[in-house]
Amino acid sequence: MAAVLPSAGKQSQVSAQRKSRTGYFLLLPGMTWLAIFFAIPFVTLFMTSLQAPVAGKSGQYVPAFQVSNYPDALAEYWPQFLRSFLYAGIATGLALLIAYPLAYFIAFKVGRWRALMLVLVIAPSFASFLLRTYAWKTILSDEGFITSFFNALHLLPDDRILNTSIAVVAGLTYNFLPFMILPLYAALEKIDPRLLEASNDLYASAFTTFRKITWPLSLPGVVAGTLLTFIPAAGDYINSELLGSTQDRMIGNVIQTNFIEFRDYPTASALSFVLMAVILVMVFTYIRRAGTEDLV
Amino acid sequence: MRWIKSKLLGVIAVLVLIYLFIPIAVVGTLSFNKPEGKYNTSWNQFSLDAWTNICGVPGVCDSFMISVRIGIISTIFATILGTMIAFALVRYRFRGRATTNLLIFLPMTTPEVVMGASLLALFLNLRFPLGETTIIIAHIMFTISFVVVTVKARLQGMDPRLEEAARDLYAGPRATFRYVTFPLVAPGIAGAALLGFSLSFDDFIISFFNAGTVVTFPIYIWGAAQRGIPVQVNALATLVFVVALLIVLTSQFVSYRKRKALEAGMHSDSAIVGADVKGLEAAMPRS
Amino acid sequence: MANEGTHNVEDLHLTNLTKKFGEVAAVDDLTLTIPAGSFFALLGASGCGKTTTLRMVAGLEEPTSGSIHIGQQDITNLRAFQRPVNTVFQSYALFPHLDIFENVAFGLRRRKVKNVDAAVNSMLELVELAPMARRKPTQLSGGQQQRVAVARALINEPDVLLLDEPLGALDLKLRRQMQIELKRIQTEVGTTFVHVTHDQEEAMTMADTVAVMNSGRIEQMGHPADIYELPKTAFVANFLGQANLFAGARTGTSSDSIDVVANGINFRVLSTRNSAPGDEVIVGIRPEKMTILDLHDKDTIPSGHNMLEGRVIDVSYAGVSTQYLVETQWGQKVTVFEQNVLVGDRSSVGDPVVLHWSPDHTFGLAGGETVLADTAQILAVGA
Repeated sequence: MAAVLPSAGKQSQVSAQRKSRTGYFLLLPGMTWLAIFFAIPFVTLFMTSLQAPVAGKSGQYVPAFQVSNYPDALAEYWPQFLRSFLYAGIATGLALLIAYPLAYFIAFKVGRWRALMLVLVIAPSFASFLLRTYAWKTILSDEGFITSFFNALHLLPDDRILNTSIAVVAGLTYNFLPFMILPLYAALEKIDPRLLEASNDLYASAFTTFRKITWPLSLPGVVAGTLLTFIPAAGDYINSELLGSTQDRMIGNVIQTNFIEFRDYPTASALSFVLMAVILVMVFTYIRRAGTEDLV
Repeated sequence: MRWIKSKLLGVIAVLVLIYLFIPIAVVGTLSFNKPEGKYNTSWNQFSLDAWTNICGVPGVCDSFMISVRIGIISTIFATILGTMIAFALVRYRFRGRATTNLLIFLPMTTPEVVMGASLLALFLNLRFPLGETTIIIAHIMFTISFVVVTVKARLQGMDPRLEEAARDLYAGPRATFRYVTFPLVAPGIAGAALLGFSLSFDDFIISFFNAGTVVTFPIYIWGAAQRGIPVQVNALATLVFVVALLIVLTSQFVSYRKRKALEAGMHSDSAIVGADVKGLEAAMPRS
Repeated sequence: MANEGTHNVEDLHLTNLTKKFGEVAAVDDLTLTIPAGSFFALLGASGCGKTTTLRMVAGLEEPTSGSIHIGQQDITNLRAFQRPVNTVFQSYALFPHLDIFENVAFGLRRRKVKNVDAAVNSMLELVELAPMARRKPTQLSGGQQQRVAVARALINEPDVLLLDEPLGALDLKLRRQMQIELKRIQTEVGTTFVHVTHDQEEAMTMADTVAVMNSGRIEQMGHPADIYELPKTAFVANFLGQANLFAGARTGTSSDSIDVVANGINFRVLSTRNSAPGDEVIVGIRPEKMTILDLHDKDTIPSGHNMLEGRVIDVSYAGVSTQYLVETQWGQKVTVFEQNVLVGDRSSVGDPVVLHWSPDHTFGLAGGETVLADTAQILAVGA
């Protein structure tokens, strides 16, 4: 019965859709805004990425079709590219590991405290992103408790955390964790707890139940969560800048400094374009593989 | 052993929650610090200076007010535009639905550097002067999608029969919207506006690309990070955190009481609760 | 707009009403007159077109063709909010942000009627909810919400009140109570009620006219008892209660009856109770009209009764009656209900028995393969 109701509601909603000019009128202003300030900039970004420098004048470029900007940029900055995906990938994996138990706990174990728990998950985002990242400088500092603890166990290759890749990945993991928790929770919350009971009843151990029932049913949340964590993490440069050393720079740093400090617009544009393209390809293959097309 | 097993999940969950709040605690604690040098990174001495003289450092409160202003203006625009789109998506049939959906989905999956850089490329090519206007344009652009998703969830959670009932009871299209649709969607729109404001207020990356010489609050913090962040910044951030938390907790409390009344009325509508969760999910501020 | 004060009730006419969704006709060339002041039930399985019909009358769905009149007034092209018709929605659709008073007052306020307070208060009295006026809908029980929905529609004094499965969300006991309640209200206000339901018992107890709908068409219409006692199609025979059907062929015709042979057994069907135009006839009988006897007592059967031998394969005791499943020689299963009025032995499983019944209860239906296929389908759904 419960399974039937929502689809019935959906159907009546579709039939409630009207065909009229009002629809276009409602769409027009917002979509125009997105077209002009989101879609068209990609075109200018692409054109900028092909521009050629004006000889002798740094920071000035003329329209051209200099495709070599792409291999040049990649040749120079491929380590930062790889590093971005590596750091973002590790951070996403860690976030999944950390987020899953909490999301599961909120979905199945807290009853009517769910709403409050969700507020607690979101609440840290109310404090400035930059300041929270900056706070990790204090927490992970060389004199700090955490560094001393790991040093006592001789677990740190450089005897420190701050200004190493560990700090950058830790920062990324922390900052995008809520993006992992919420989609996971949304997917887990939809699972009927009776399914888990049925599985137990049918001789599945707790582990088998998780592997055969919970995990597959939570996959849409896993997909959404990993995407929502990985994408901003791969493009981020704040964590690397504040918590890492110059050895830990990511592609975001390169784009930012090339654009704003060096005024090397073609290189920065080419890199942005490649980053976006790679992410889009990953997003769509990932979504197709995981079979959840309706993310919006 | 069994006890440990049954409690293990809860213990992990609580630890993760604590982990989420550690940096907040640090930021808050350091707002009562009197730092030894210019860097406010380690505890020195208790002081209320930053709180009693919150605008004491030049630029802090100015940048704060600029961010508030930008946040309010871009939220108003984004909320109106996004709400209109959400209504069109749920209530109307039109050509190009797939393209529309894509154009709404993509800004949420595009790294902010890319959005910031591409928008800057546009402004540079148009020789459009950078400043508060360009920041507002950018903020409206990247918050619209989140407004759409939030309002859309609310609209979809609404029983279409309610509007039919209004029409059946002699309400024309305008009266139906005014007396039924709008009051029912209003909480979703309010949530979307709050979300939009928090996104705009806390945005650094996109703003930094398109700010020119304007210094928003996050840009101020970024600049100050190199030469030492004033304690006042911690105080202001803590204040924002507490105020935002109070707003959300209050609204949660209100909706909790409503839901309790709902349960008392025997009618538990999972569609409404589901929409709330989706709204919450959408209500996640991005850095 | 609904009239104030004196209420001229007029008939509701649907003429050649058709609604197509793509290629599928949900309502197929429906012509129907619903008499003023009647309690009319549209009965059918889900997807038969009854709700679509209702929504077209309400103005929530546009007919593909055909027209809708109230008296002489053509309302086909009026918008929902312009029609003198109000609806009690399935699951009520009460406005959750308004209290009970404002829900009931909604239609009056939209029409800018004066003296809203007095009208709402007296309407709340009618449905016995006056103390709840300032509660929100979610704070009411299902039955109370149902009454608010009725009050909210009725206060507008519509020419026709439409009820879309109004009792569907209530539990059985409450449903019985509300059936009586709705009937009382209808008698009190005299408005035409058009009631859509899939529950045959609900339709029969409340309505004075029932129309059985199937695949967008009306199969049969009339007083509940008339339809039940003399169904005209196999669909109606099976949808409204239960029936045992035997497909056969006409072998003879006398002045007041016909003879039909089915599976080698001769049945007599009164001409007045036969709706089969041709020679293919389905003989039908309701389970409670049959008497079950031990085979030894065959001689006691009154002459002229139809009879049938078989073997009991199942006996279920259901309090008021006992339900037997009897298998005939050719393997058909026949259901028989026996009122538990006799003291003593009942037939038990394996007993050879004979069933008999009066031709006054026998009915004849048009035969043919499609009918049988239809019947099989209903039975499959019913099982």
